[in-house]
Amino acid sequence: MSRTSPPAPLDYLRRWPLRAWVAAVAFFLYAPLVTLILFSFNESRRNIVWTGFTVDWYMQVFQDDGLIEAFVNSLTIAAISTVLSVILGALVAVAVWRFRFPGKAAFEGLLALPIVVPEICMGVAMLVFFSRIMPWPADLPWPLDLGAITIAHVSFSFPFVAVIVRARLLSFNRELEEAARDLGASEWRVFLDVLVPHMRPALVAGALLAFTLSLDDFVITFFTSGPDTVTFPVKVYSMVRFSVTPEVNAASTLLILITVLLTAIGLKLQGKDIARAEGGA
Amino acid sequence: MEQDWRQSRGSFLASFGPPAFWLTLFFLVPLAIIWAYSFGRNISMTEVAVTGTLSNYARIADPVYVSIFVKSIGYAALTTLLCLIIGFPVALAITFAPSRAKAWLLLLIMLPFWTNLLVRTYALMAVLRTEGYVNTVLGWIGIGPLPLLHNNFAVVLGLVYVNLPFLVLPLYAALDRLDRSLLEASLDLGAGHLRTIREIVVPLALPGILSGLLITFIPALGSYLTPDLLGGPDSQMIANVIERNFKRANDWPFGSALSFILMYLTFFAIAAQTLLAARRRKAGGEG
Repeated sequence: MSRTSPPAPLDYLRRWPLRAWVAAVAFFLYAPLVTLILFSFNESRRNIVWTGFTVDWYMQVFQDDGLIEAFVNSLTIAAISTVLSVILGALVAVAVWRFRFPGKAAFEGLLALPIVVPEICMGVAMLVFFSRIMPWPADLPWPLDLGAITIAHVSFSFPFVAVIVRARLLSFNRELEEAARDLGASEWRVFLDVLVPHMRPALVAGALLAFTLSLDDFVITFFTSGPDTVTFPVKVYSMVRFSVTPEVNAASTLLILITVLLTAIGLKLQGKDIARAEGGA
Repeated sequence: MEQDWRQSRGSFLASFGPPAFWLTLFFLVPLAIIWAYSFGRNISMTEVAVTGTLSNYARIADPVYVSIFVKSIGYAALTTLLCLIIGFPVALAITFAPSRAKAWLLLLIMLPFWTNLLVRTYALMAVLRTEGYVNTVLGWIGIGPLPLLHNNFAVVLGLVYVNLPFLVLPLYAALDRLDRSLLEASLDLGAGHLRTIREIVVPLALPGILSGLLITFIPALGSYLTPDLLGGPDSQMIANVIERNFKRANDWPFGSALSFILMYLTFFAIAAQTLLAARRRKAGGEG
């Protein structure tokens, strides 16, 4: 229907003022990022004039031990935090979905709190907690020394996973669970063989979200990281505060690349899950 | 049907226990400590005595801090308004786009949203600085260089830049739920597009629009990175003052009080939105 011309009354995208507007917004959103990527391949260090193609800045990034270490730290924290967040998020989603218990409404409000509390408040709370209440030993072997940051990341990530899993559980037919139990399955088997397969798309989506949230976080990490436990955003922050350099352009481009890859993987996995769900139905 | 927790204590404790424990120890306790600290004072470099004093809160009434709060709220409100003006047509175009174009447009909005905040802010720095390409282009036509970076203009521009997807996505979700036949009826009956939007789309989608505004306002209010990197000496927002008190001035009790005022402001914004939504629902039910 949308191919008929002139445009249908509600076919706003085919009207030129809106097209121009969307194009302008896309330019606004992407121009800075595209420039950053392009100039990470520019030979000239100071000038913004294009003087020639080079991958030297990438070579420098790969030789910069501090940057590499920060990068590995970030990925490690994100991986551990994702696993813990998915487990905790799925558990709490199932608990709230399945059970009635005293103080449930209050608990649900509490669970939403890490999502709405300003990052800076959570950051300083973590700073105080890990310096006065539960000092995290500084001389632990890697990756245990990243514990404080990882704990903070799990605290703000798992409530997001819980939201996604709860939304998915709404479409679960509780009779399936009862049928499995009537047929003699234990609680654990019901959880593993009936609930988890149903939750799978939400678990994948939640894992990707948790990974991105962890990789993206600067403010809370900034307050929990020590001099020896630096993540990629914290490292880049210390580099960009005063200058714009091609090395940072190159490092940022790598991070953008990871984001794009993760998004693509996520879309692909979700597409597969949807296809499977539809095929099975 | 939901099950009473007593019917299956083991499963309840196994699923509820670990997350509740984590949330209490690694979220509630830290917040409770800074809440207590906000009623305390420094007694040495590393010790805070919780004395129940209100002096930290009294200090916030100082015009210097009041003006920073007013400014932060003003910037967040201006950012939200600009995002609404810029984002609404985009959300409208996405909503009524054919499904293939819709998927691509959503991806177009999502991708910057997933990109690291620091990288996005840094990209803006590179564009806006004196040697940046906006000023170079302006130089070709004989203008400038204009001071685009390290001032209040840069902060608001940066806040709009990083928060725009936050508003477009909920706006799209709100508009997508509308009953299209109502819009078509309005257009058939001779109302123009602008009038249809004003009198049909906006009133019907208002709850979704309001929650979108809230989702944009809250992170904008608590922004740290954008004013820190793009702002000048006079563009500090609340979060920057909080950071300074914790990291440099070492005045944790005062920083804690500031944090809690920021949190109360956030909760107030959420409560106001919830109340508005509830009142509208009630009015709609009676009408």
